[in-house]
Amino acid sequence: MRNSKLVSLEEAIKRSGLQNGQTISFHHHFRGGDKVVNLVVDKLAQMGFKDLKLAASSLSDVHAPLIEHIKAGVITGISTSGLRGALADAISHGLLAEPVVFRSHGGRGSAIANGELKIDVAFLGASSSDELGNATGHGSKSICGSLGYALPDARYAKHVVVITDDLVAYPNMPQSISAADVESVVVVDSVGDSSKIAAGAIRDSKNPRDILLAKQAAKVIINSGYFQDGFSIQTGTGGASLAAVKYIREEMLQRGIKASFALGGITAHMVKLHEEGLIGKLIDVQSFDKVAAESIAVDPLHKEVSAVEYASGQHLGSATHALDIVILSALEVDTQFNVNVLVGSDGIIRGAIGGHQDTAADSALSIIVCPLLRGRIPCVVPKVTTLITPGKSVDVVVTEYGIAVNPGRPEIKEKLEDAGLNVVDIKDLAAKASSIIGTPDPLPFGNKVVGVVMNRDGSVLDKIYNIE
Amino acid sequence: MVTIEPGEGLQIELQSSVAAQFGRQIKAVITETLEALGVKDAHVQAIDKGALDCTIRARVTAAAVRATGKDVWKD
Repeated sequence: MRNSKLVSLEEAIKRSGLQNGQTISFHHHFRGGDKVVNLVVDKLAQMGFKDLKLAASSLSDVHAPLIEHIKAGVITGISTSGLRGALADAISHGLLAEPVVFRSHGGRGSAIANGELKIDVAFLGASSSDELGNATGHGSKSICGSLGYALPDARYAKHVVVITDDLVAYPNMPQSISAADVESVVVVDSVGDSSKIAAGAIRDSKNPRDILLAKQAAKVIINSGYFQDGFSIQTGTGGASLAAVKYIREEMLQRGIKASFALGGITAHMVKLHEEGLIGKLIDVQSFDKVAAESIAVDPLHKEVSAVEYASGQHLGSATHALDIVILSALEVDTQFNVNVLVGSDGIIRGAIGGHQDTAADSALSIIVCPLLRGRIPCVVPKVTTLITPGKSVDVVVTEYGIAVNPGRPEIKEKLEDAGLNVVDIKDLAAKASSIIGTPDPLPFGNKVVGVVMNRDGSVLDKIYNIE
Repeated sequence: MVTIEPGEGLQIELQSSVAAQFGRQIKAVITETLEALGVKDAHVQAIDKGALDCTIRARVTAAAVRATGKDVWKD
């Protein structure tokens, strides 16, 4: 083909004009199966690059090899939605001189769109691409579905390299990433192991506590006043959250209520309800499993959106603004309804902001579902270890010991009480937890800032200190 | 898991996933439980993954019963 953009990875890097000190970006649609970050950073190290800033939509266990690249000075800065595994552990202990900047998915989209996060070269893995860079999350070797988190990078990065393991004939359509945004196309053996996007088939949780929490969450939704024909909903992938969908479905069938759309990370559960006619449309920034990834390719009412369209707090057109109900999880909730989903109660980073801040802030009703205790670790605490989602965005907290309603939403409290639900004071939940486990000793935090948590408006919400 | 060996005084070796926040409390529960059973000399190894106090008490009691052959539940 004339104008082919097809080159080797090394040639693509040379062509990009990448310099030491610049910012490279990646998406995480392959989640635990991602191969692109390690592949590219290994190559950059080999080519002698130093002092690069890595702007990922998220990082996970599979990115532990970055530890060596940080030690060698190849990577000197990171921004991400989350960190897990050995890399998170090392960073929590002070591996990186510069603090990691944590942003929500919507916050990252905004920061890229408004120029706060400038990307010099985006390396975007795709399950298929043609020679000009029309790329998608569907291919013969891998499938990740929506490429929503990669779309702001594709649009705003100065230089875009598409990396694929399935080169298809032009035109690859409908495309997620447009050839108009792409400078180079690189073919590799594998961009990701799609079987690691979601572990195994979706099963209904058999954990009795999850089922109890799910039933309570469903009752909150059904009696909240927002459960009306045409409502919209987003759920997480946790056992309780998925199980709640099952009970909501039963109630929808019984009352003849249909949802207008489901948003977010789309799961097989949501696809099933959509195919049954119970949810009109699916708005998908990230396909959480194979069923969702396959559905988005063939169903015109299952739509891919960018992180900006999904959850930007700075773009009024983002979908979260139209969202009625969101069910979210938490590592910790405190008596001010603040939520932590990033730092474990051992002080070590072990999670991701994801869309938590965004959906909680913009939805009409945000529900946090978490057990009172996980083993000896309390989930309802006097003060969160790290502030991720401010309490003013959080409306209801569902635990197996009762349901707490934010004092800012007295009308919801009244509705839930009228429905006979066990509404309690959140301070009583924290007291109940400490009566069982005792009062934890303070964590051995040091003085070095290892992470900065951004709010979605670009302000700093909290700092994470090193753990000793 | 709790294992008990002969020792001098009470020595407690604790490995816990919640050591930073609860190590002190867990050691106190082990000490109290053994003292209540009249055990004054023992080397205790405890591997904990965030169990509640009631569970720790039961495990320490079971280990002491097996180590001494004295069944505190039956006697």
